[in-house]
Formats: sequence, C-alpha cells, structure tokens
Amino acid sequence: MLDLIIAKFNYWVYIVLMMIGLYAMIAKNNYIKKLIGMTIFQTAIMLFYVSIGAKQGATIPIIDHHGDGGDHGEAAEAVGHAVETAAHAAGSLDPDAYVNPLPHVLMLTAIVVGVATLGVAMAVVQKIHDQYGSIEEDEVLKRIKL
Amino acid sequence: MIWQFDLIILVFLVITSLIALRVRDLMSAAMILGVYSFLMCLLWAEMGAVDVAFTEAAVGAGLSTVFLVATILRTTRRSSD
Amino acid sequence: MKTIGLLSVLFTGILLMIAVVDFPDWGDPHSPANSYLSTHYIEDVEEETAVPNMVTAVLADYRAFDTMLETSVVFVAGIAIFAILRSIDGTSLAGTTRRLQRRGRSKKEKRKGQGRNRRDEMVAAAEREAAKPDLIVQTTVRLLMPTIQLFALYVIAHGHHSPGGGFQGGVILAAGLILVAMSFGLENTLAQVPEKLSLQLGNLGVLIFAGTGVLCLLLGANFLDYHVLAAIYPATDEIMARSHSMLVVEIGVGFTVMSMLYLIYANLSSHGDLKKGL
Repeated sequence: MLDLIIAKFNYWVYIVLMMIGLYAMIAKNNYIKKLIGMTIFQTAIMLFYVSIGAKQGATIPIIDHHGDGGDHGEAAEAVGHAVETAAHAAGSLDPDAYVNPLPHVLMLTAIVVGVATLGVAMAVVQKIHDQYGSIEEDEVLKRIKL
Repeated sequence: MIWQFDLIILVFLVITSLIALRVRDLMSAAMILGVYSFLMCLLWAEMGAVDVAFTEAAVGAGLSTVFLVATILRTTRRSSD
Repeated sequence: MKTIGLLSVLFTGILLMIAVVDFPDWGDPHSPANSYLSTHYIEDVEEETAVPNMVTAVLADYRAFDTMLETSVVFVAGIAIFAILRSIDGTSLAGTTRRLQRRGRSKKEKRKGQGRNRRDEMVAAAEREAAKPDLIVQTTVRLLMPTIQLFALYVIAHGHHSPGGGFQGGVILAAGLILVAMSFGLENTLAQVPEKLSLQLGNLGVLIFAGTGVLCLLLGANFLDYHVLAAIYPATDEIMARSHSMLVVEIGVGFTVMSMLYLIYANLSSHGDLKKGL
C-alpha cells in the first residue's frame, strides 16, 4: 500500500490542483478569480505532462561534454558516470540516464502561449469593465438583461 | 528526485492555490499566484526540466503577475468571493 | 450553481484518481511515454545536430513546425489585444457602445459645474506628486537594464549548451522593457521603442522563422529541414548547418516574443490608449 502511495501520490496531487482550478472556473464570481483558476488548471496539466517524462535517477537533458561532471548532484553523477562509460563503449548514450526531453518542449511553448492568451483574457476583462462597470459575473449578467 | 522534497513542494502548491482563490483582495491573489508559480518552477527544476523551470520563472512569476496587476489597477481591486 | 459545480468537480476528480492507479509508476524509466520516440532524441541528437541541449534541438529542429505555429500564436495574441483594447483618441477600434461610461461622464461633468472644490485640487496635487520620477528607482533601473539585456542575449545565444533559447530570452528582454516602462513612464519608453517598431519586430520574427523554412524548400528539401542550408553558410557541413539554423530560428522567436509581450503590457497598463502607464 505504501509503495502504491509513494508511486502515485504525485499524480493524485496534480489531480487535486487541477480540480481546484476547475472548481474556481465554474463557481467563482469574479472574472479575475476565474482566470487565476484557469492558470492553476493549466499549470496542473503542464505538471502532469512534465512528470510523465521524469525518470528516477536520471539527469537533466543536456549532454555533458566534460565527462567529470563536477557540478551535478551526487546521485546523478554516480549514475551518469556508470552510464557514460558504458555508453562510450557502445558508441551512443543510454536513454535511462537522461530525462525525456519531449514533454519539456511541448510545455515550454505552452507556458509562453499561455501567458499570451492570459493577456488576451485580461484585455477582454478590461473591456467588460468598460462596458458594464463591474467584473463580477452576476452583476454583468444583471446589466445585460436590463 | 527525492519524494519527500516533492511532497513538501506539492503541499505548499495546494495551499498557495487555495489561498490565491480564497483571498478577497485581488492584488494579494495576484501576488500569491506569483508564489505559486515560483513553487511550480522549483518543482520542475527538481524533476530535471530545467528549460521549463526557467521559462516558468520568467513568465509565470514575472510577466503574468505584471499583467494581472496591470488589469487589477485598471479595473477594480475588490472581489466578492 | 456552486453545489452542482462542486459535485461535478468531485465526480471528475474521483474518476481521474481511480484512473491514475493504472498509470506507470512515477519516475519509471521504462514507461510507454519514455520508450519509443524519446529514446531516439536522447541517443542521436548529438550526432545529428551537434547540439548538447536536447530540449533546444527538439524545439527548434525536430518539432520546428510546432514551434513556428506557437510563435504565430503569440503574434496573433498580440494582434488580438490590439484589436480588442487599442483606442485612438478615446475612440475604440472595436466600436463598442460604452453606454455606462457615458452615463458616468455626464455625472462627472455635472459635478464639475459646481466649481472645483478643495478636495479635487488635493487629489490633483497628489497625482502630480505620484507622477514625479523616483530617483532611486530610476538609478537602479539604469544600472540593471544593461545587465538584463546582456543576460537575455546570452540566454538566446547560449541556448544550445545550457537551459535557454528564444522563448526565455525574449521574455527576459520584454521584462526589461516593462521594467523601464514602469520606472520611466510608458510614454518615454514608447518614444524609444514605438508601437510600430515593435509590431514590425514581431512580424520580422515570424518571417525569419517561416523564411528559414521556405529557404529549405527552395533548396530542395522539406519545409524546415535545415541540413540543405549548408550550401548557404560558409564552411559548414550538414550537421553544423542544423545547429546554426536553430540559432537563426531562436532569434526569430526571441523577436516575436519580446515585442508582442511588451505590446501586450503597454496596451493592458494604459487601457489601450498608450498614453499613461501604471
């Protein structure tokens, strides 16, 4: 049971974060609060993606040329050394020694696009405040009905 | 990748996200969202995703907080919930 | 609404939590996501592109098409904000009615008719005081600004060997510009980096990215297949041509991200008229 919890608790916390964001998007009344909820939802999904690519005992996805790896963590260094010598003999790198770079690429672009779309959402919020004098959902709805 | 370290950061993440949504002052909510982004950046750096952590530190904690603050100053600071 | 929301969120959350039990363990090196395509990236990236940072190589070479369109999304977001918020001489480009604001304005004019009282004068004096430049902030920004920009250029140029690249460098450059806009006033900053110039820079960034792809097409390879560009760069082989093209593409990304994020800030902070910032 403890093994299961240690192996999965990361995923469970990501789901908790995602649900906090989703609930805020549904139930909060203030538009900026809704957008904060959207940001939390977004980062929870990014966290999930990045953690798919995580590997136990692997180092960052940058190939080290110096070989002695002076400024790496101790554990990573040990793994890296063993792997590197093996890899040099085989002529290529061992995939288990490096974190999967593919989710990083996807999420890196998603973060920047996320801030750009957050900017668009902010512009819409300012425009709503212009037109209706409020950024609370119920007041805006009331004024639309008038 | 130390799971105890992970656990501490994740607990803080949940706490900061809840506070950012609970607090009535939108300026405080924006600041706490910045704290949330920095914790997220720490978690990513710890997972080995250095590029993503770098981007999040620059974007999430820097620019998106600035955008939020700009909008809050241009609209209103109070929130009903 | 709140109870329905809470119930549906709880239901979704419990379903997802049950589904997660079937996932591979956290940090499992042999999970399906880590076993097929990504091993190729890790094993062959250095031989094929001579770039040690796998993230940069995958971002700007193997998945360059994706990155190009993400850059376009940033550009389109900047244009969208321009369309939503930008107003020239008080009239919005989007042609909105602004009926409530008009109602508020007429009230304000009525109050003005009663004569300017002392409180208004005090408010005006306080505003003038707040608009005065702060010596300490300005001196600090003056000292910090070259360092920030130099670091951003380093991040863009050194993205092949260390964490970084066009996106991060562009964001740091934009953050530097925003810092200046906050401390020296938006108008002064817009006098140095005008709106038109930053729109042109954003265009140029996407153009550099897409132009590199079209150049590859013209030389007989696929879109964004950089190895044929060895014919253009002096004294390079096909592998180094890919490495150099990545730098070119990252510079394009940096241009677009910097100018668009700066423009987004300028529009958001001045409410679209680009006159008075925060």
